[in-house]
Amino acid sequence: MTVSVPETAAKPQKGFKLDFKTAGPLIALILLVILGYSLNPAFLNEGNITNLLTRSAFIGIIAVGATFVITAGGIDLSVGSMAAFIAGMMIIIMNSAVSSMGASVWTVLLGVGCSLILGIGAGYINGFLTTKAKIEAFIVTLGTMGIYRSLVTYFADGGTLSLNSGAREIYRPVYYDSFLRVPYPVWVFILVAVIGWILMNRTAFGRYCMAIGSNEQVARYSAIKVDRVRTWTYILQGLCVSLATIIYVPRLGSASSATGVLWELEAIAAVIIGGTMLKGGYGRIGGTVIGALILTAIGNILNLTDIISNYLNGAVQGVIIVAAVYLQRGSFKRAVRKKAE
Amino acid sequence: MSDAVSTSVPAILSANRISKSFGDIPVLFSIDFDIRPGEVHAIIGENGAGKSTLIKILSGIEQPTSGSITYDGKTVVLPPNGQAAAMGIVVIHQELLLAEHLSVADSIFLGRELRSGPFLQLKEMREKTREILAALDVNIDPDARINTLSVADKQMVEIAKAISRDARVIIMDEPTAVLSVAETKTFFEQIRRLTAKGVAVIFISHKLDEIMELADRVTVLRDGQLIATVGTENLTPDSIAQMMVGRELSNLYPPKHEPDVDAEVLLSVRGLSAPGISDISFDLRRGEILGFAGLIGSGRTAVAEAVVGLTRKTAGTVTVRGAPADYTHVAQSLDAGLAYMTKDRKGRGLLLNAGLQPNLTLLTLKKHMKYGFLDGRSEEQALDRAVRRFDVRARDPSVAVGKLSGGNQQKLMLGKTMESDPDIVIMDEPTRGIDVGTKQQIYHIIAALAAEGKAIIVISSEMQEVIGLSHRVVVMRQGRMAGVLEGAEISEAEIMRYAAGIKQGGENDRLSA
Repeated sequence: MTVSVPETAAKPQKGFKLDFKTAGPLIALILLVILGYSLNPAFLNEGNITNLLTRSAFIGIIAVGATFVITAGGIDLSVGSMAAFIAGMMIIIMNSAVSSMGASVWTVLLGVGCSLILGIGAGYINGFLTTKAKIEAFIVTLGTMGIYRSLVTYFADGGTLSLNSGAREIYRPVYYDSFLRVPYPVWVFILVAVIGWILMNRTAFGRYCMAIGSNEQVARYSAIKVDRVRTWTYILQGLCVSLATIIYVPRLGSASSATGVLWELEAIAAVIIGGTMLKGGYGRIGGTVIGALILTAIGNILNLTDIISNYLNGAVQGVIIVAAVYLQRGSFKRAVRKKAE
Repeated sequence: MSDAVSTSVPAILSANRISKSFGDIPVLFSIDFDIRPGEVHAIIGENGAGKSTLIKILSGIEQPTSGSITYDGKTVVLPPNGQAAAMGIVVIHQELLLAEHLSVADSIFLGRELRSGPFLQLKEMREKTREILAALDVNIDPDARINTLSVADKQMVEIAKAISRDARVIIMDEPTAVLSVAETKTFFEQIRRLTAKGVAVIFISHKLDEIMELADRVTVLRDGQLIATVGTENLTPDSIAQMMVGRELSNLYPPKHEPDVDAEVLLSVRGLSAPGISDISFDLRRGEILGFAGLIGSGRTAVAEAVVGLTRKTAGTVTVRGAPADYTHVAQSLDAGLAYMTKDRKGRGLLLNAGLQPNLTLLTLKKHMKYGFLDGRSEEQALDRAVRRFDVRARDPSVAVGKLSGGNQQKLMLGKTMESDPDIVIMDEPTRGIDVGTKQQIYHIIAALAAEGKAIIVISSEMQEVIGLSHRVVVMRQGRMAGVLEGAEISEAEIMRYAAGIKQGGENDRLSA
């Protein structure tokens, strides 16, 4: 029993509302860019833009994976620790490979392969525990978060794991070199985002994620293999973490217990700023990409100006996150009120 | 009935020339409505007739665009957000609004707990609750958690809550939609007890026989207009139905076409046991409509869910077209041409926040793939087809399905189920909570599907529906088959006898008929 309204209704208003919702994060990013440029014109230098995009790639790639997890009604808190763990394991494996057969491209490929396997495996474990053992995703990933973090601390013996310098020389270009003047990490980010967008919007998998996040029972009664789809979202998330780690390791050539700290929250923040609903059912990859750019741009702008201390980076990000969600809800509410009047 | 309330008693709550528009869209046109103490006043109308809006205005949730509300002799503006409850106007919603993890006593005193200083007076509240429940003559433990209660008991808790607030007007939105026949009976007794104390009850229902039994007066709405307010003694179910739809409903049920005697058996169930059911056996032939009757909780849905693989069967065999059907997942039953349409369209059938198209194709997305990607055009075409075939009315296809009327939701869900082009369809309560006009449409669709050669199971708590549609009827009782009725035996009295356990028959000779 709903109040049913006759068939005709003002359409343009609705179109505007939807537009605002999708374009909101983009408008925010544009405003931020204008602000950054007006505070310091160096903001739009090619070097700075490249730097900003490269920095945003880590969080961005992880956040694309997180978009699937969150859309399907889950959450993954373990991604930051998982990244540190994978980075540590990659370094250990590559170092031992160097000592047994010398540094070569194969050493790096071995590390990359191990990273992919570890990421997919770690994602599968999260997925398995949430779907088959029926433990809430928050708890499962809180647990694995602690496990991975302490494992990397243990392997690094409380210090830092450093990549063998020979291997590092070979691996270095993956982070520092460019193709068509665009750094490789940015290419990876673009690729992940495009594939993610297609998966989310143009395949049954994406539709199933939204259905499950929206109402798991409906999904079950609609012949969707809920557990399998859910598990796949965590596997995708693990894969994204492993890709982010692959481009992260050559940056510093090291991993420690401080690697990837708070990445999980930044990734979730990027997803939410982008307009995906935290409770699931509605996911936007494009928004996530913009969300990651917004978060990185804030830090970048604070670095380039001295109006606000760089130490307040987290505070500004926090304000932006809350404001972004408020605006999204607010615009939605206004539209509802307009209709009701 | 109506002589209990003399017309000389002044109305406690009345709406005077109420109109309401949402934006430019008028929903109610100058409605007059009043209710007297001790009276049961039913509001009926098709979905979208404006019943909900009228209720919202009478309880202050919405303000009228024009017109006034008189309460207790004074013109008032009712406060929004349910604060009218404090004034004695309480709404009991169809989806009961109880916190599942609280106890009964907690629920009844929620928001106005008895306290001494900062501390709750748990004992006093429990005692008071016991008194109220005793006055209602219901047997519920004040300490029981809400989620352990049956729907009927939950409703009693809502009523107790209303009484504890000295409600003078109780508004109920389809209270019996989820109750079994027996539960409805006790529920009616409660209502009569309330009215005897002078409480006024406004009551929305789609069940005309209940309205005839319970209400003193009936107000009929159609398309936002007040059609009539009539004393029940001057009405027949037929005349109410006619006023509701504004046309003759001579053929609510389509004529039955008996299936061929030698029609192929599509579904065969032998000795099926699963959680909640045991030893179920029946056959279903092409072109046949098999009704499943019984009280709520008698295991009808459990049979359907075990057959399609939503729950695991513990014993017995199911064969579809002669092939064993041991499904562990709905997708398998779907592939075999067996579809189940749930009774819970809001909780299990439809994604209320999504538009029409994703809902329609969710079950059958694989049909709309091109090179591994979704083909939006193909989905749109499917929606066009379904909208035409099942007459789904929405102002635009992107509107959230939760905003559609119940009838349109049901038709969309039927479309979704039929998208898989099944040979065997199990429909669970296909017309629950929808208006009589849409019911008629759905009945004709069901009959047409059977005539096309589909085999159909209709599970329904509305006996008229089972009788009007089915070629054969299985009556369930406490998880078992109490009897199978055929032809002239199919009558309300006979079904009731089996459902209530007065008559029992393991008439296995009929199963293979």
